[in-house]
Formats: sequence, C-alpha cells, structure tokens
Amino acid sequence: MIYLQLIWSYIKIGLFGFGGGYAMLSLIEREIVSPGWITEKMFTDIVAISQMTPGPIGINSATYIGYVAPMQAGFDAPLWGLLGSLICTVVVVLPSFLLVAFTSHLIHRHRDSLLIRGIFTGLRPVVIGLIASAALLLMNGENFGTETNHIIISVIIAVCSLAMVLFTKIHPIFVIIASGIAGFFIYYF
Amino acid sequence: MEDSKKSVKTSAERITANSGAGRGILRKLFISFLRIGAFTFGGGWAMITLIEREVVESRRWISREEFLDLLAVAQSLPGILAVNISVAVGDRLRGMRGAVAAASGTILPSFTIILLIAVFLTPDLIQNNRVVASIFAGIRPAVTALIVAPVLTSARSAKIGWKTVWIPVVVAALIWSDIPYVSNPILFVVLGAFGGWLWLHRKEKHLRNKQLEKEDKEADV
Repeated sequence: MIYLQLIWSYIKIGLFGFGGGYAMLSLIEREIVSPGWITEKMFTDIVAISQMTPGPIGINSATYIGYVAPMQAGFDAPLWGLLGSLICTVVVVLPSFLLVAFTSHLIHRHRDSLLIRGIFTGLRPVVIGLIASAALLLMNGENFGTETNHIIISVIIAVCSLAMVLFTKIHPIFVIIASGIAGFFIYYF
Repeated sequence: MEDSKKSVKTSAERITANSGAGRGILRKLFISFLRIGAFTFGGGWAMITLIEREVVESRRWISREEFLDLLAVAQSLPGILAVNISVAVGDRLRGMRGAVAAASGTILPSFTIILLIAVFLTPDLIQNNRVVASIFAGIRPAVTALIVAPVLTSARSAKIGWKTVWIPVVVAALIWSDIPYVSNPILFVVLGAFGGWLWLHRKEKHLRNKQLEKEDKEADV
C-alpha cells in the first residue's frame, strides 16, 4: 500500500532530518526517489519549484511528492493525490511537532550538558556532508543530459548560477528564473 | 535554574496582560504565522528573521532572550526549522493549542500553493510540453548549483578545518556511493551524534586529568 510506505518514509525523514531543508534532500532522495516513486528529474523539479514558492522546502516537497507518488503508482484520481499530500505533509511535521512540544523543557534545561553539546559538535560536519551528498546525487545524466553539447551547456549554467549565488547578493529565485529563461532560448529553438 | 523559572513566570504574566481576554491570541498566532508562511521564499533562516520580528518586535509576545532560547531548542531537534520554531512559540504562549495554531499557520500557505501547482504542473506536462520542458532543462543544473553554495558557506560558518574536513567528505562520498546500508543518511546522523558525544567526553576527561596533574604538582611544591 503506497500510503503506508509514504507514511513510513516521511516519519523517517521527519525524525532524522537535521540541519534544514537541503540536508534533508539526500534523505528524501533515498526514501522517495530510490524506490522509484518519482524520477530523478521530477525530484530536481520539485526542488526548483520549492525554491520559487514560499514556505519551507521540507513542506513543499512533502506536499508535491504526496500528490504525485500515488498517481505514479496508479491511483489516478486527483482525490488520491490530495489524500497523499495531506498525509505526507502532516507526517513530515508530526515527529518534530511532538518532540518540540514535549521535550523542549528537557532540552532547554540540559542544553549545556556534555551529551547535548557533544551531539551537536558531531552533527555539524555531518550535516555539511549531507548537503554535499544531495548536490552529488543531483549531478547525473537526467539533470545534466547525456549528449556532450547538453552536458557542456548544463555545466556552464551550473557554474554561472553558483557564481551568482556565492559572489553576488542575487536571490536564488532570480537565479532559477534566469536559468529557466536561458533553458527556453537554448532548447526550444 | 531559578532564573529560568522566574523568566517563565514573568513571561506568563506578560502574556496574560498582553493578550487581553486571551482567547483571541490563538487566532492572532495563526494569522501571524500564516502571513509569515505565505511571504517567505526558501524557508529556513529567512523565515526565522521574520518570525523574530513578528513575535518579539511587533506583537511583543515574548522577549528576545526567550526567543533565542526557543530557537536554540528548535534548532537542536530534527525536522523543519520554521515549523519547529512556530511550535515552540505557540507552545510557550498557549500550550498545545497554541502550538497547533502556529504550526498550521506556517504550513497552510505552502501546502495550498504546492497543491495547486501539483494539480496544474503535472510531471506529464513538464516532460511533454516543449516550452515547459526546455525551461526545466535549463533550471535543473542551476538547482544543483544552489545546493553546492550552502555546502561552501556552511563549511565556513561551522569552522571546518583540515582536521575535520574528512567528515563531510566521507559522509558525502558514502551516501553518493549507493552501497546498500552504508549509503543511508540516517546512519551518519546517528554516527555523528554518537561520535560527537564520545569525542567531547574524552576531550573533557583529558582536560580534567591535565588539570588534576597540574594541581598535584602545585600541591607538591
């Protein structure tokens, strides 16, 4: 049953997703893309759409994947998608909701303890590795193309985008819009 | 310990004073977070800034120190940061019901917008409509770049040096490697947490031993 699988995956994502949206991506990739519920391309598209719409990427991706995954599995009616969206969105916030509501006092009291400090000292470099792995996972033939020309164009777009984000104050939304316009002019004609 | 108790008490007093009848605050919480959820692109830290401005400066629901305390807790728990902080703020103000009001306010705008997009911008359309397909072909490599950027900036802010750089490199390589079990991100979250605790434990013990040695020497003299 696809819904039970989605619930189980999103519980794991909500429970082990430390370090923000980008760090969650590799977990989502593993739980959602690897089983084949959505394709690599779709996954990248979801990240792009999440960037261009308001709200946290974790919510956005859960809502979109929850809608699309049941359809890919053969539950074709939009109502099945709506149900999937609702389930995924609720489940992805549920673990942290309960943790924040019930353990925040405990954590607040012990935040100077060796255990809590140690955990975060250890998680910090791991989170950077998680984000890096998401970037590596996205650098594939589905996103960059398989023909030489396509790959060269993709690499140029990626390098320009990276430079824009790192060295200017241009908002990521405009980087995505600019690359979309570039894509239109390069590939449409 | 006593200090924190006192601050909780005073904040509770201030809340009841501020909220008047106190019933309307659930609605106000919901609307405040709904606005924030609807107008922040990208989530995360952009959202935190807006939330702080709203609950500390314009609404005066909690003090800045309290907000920073809540933020520290929200950050240390898994899940979506913006949701965590809204749950923490709502919980502080009105308990469980406040937490639900604030969290649903944060979630609702992105849920609605994405749902609309999912209905109209189907994977089929992205694949087969030539205009949309070419636009997304340009966007995909840019998305990769957008994820590389925070790797570099957060490595700087986390003070990753030559001694620790192996950790993110090994983690990223193993997750990417696709080896069964070993490539599971959950494994590295657990290992990192446990390893960090072990490392700090040994470091503190080492420091303590040194301190004791020093004291012993001084006593001998």
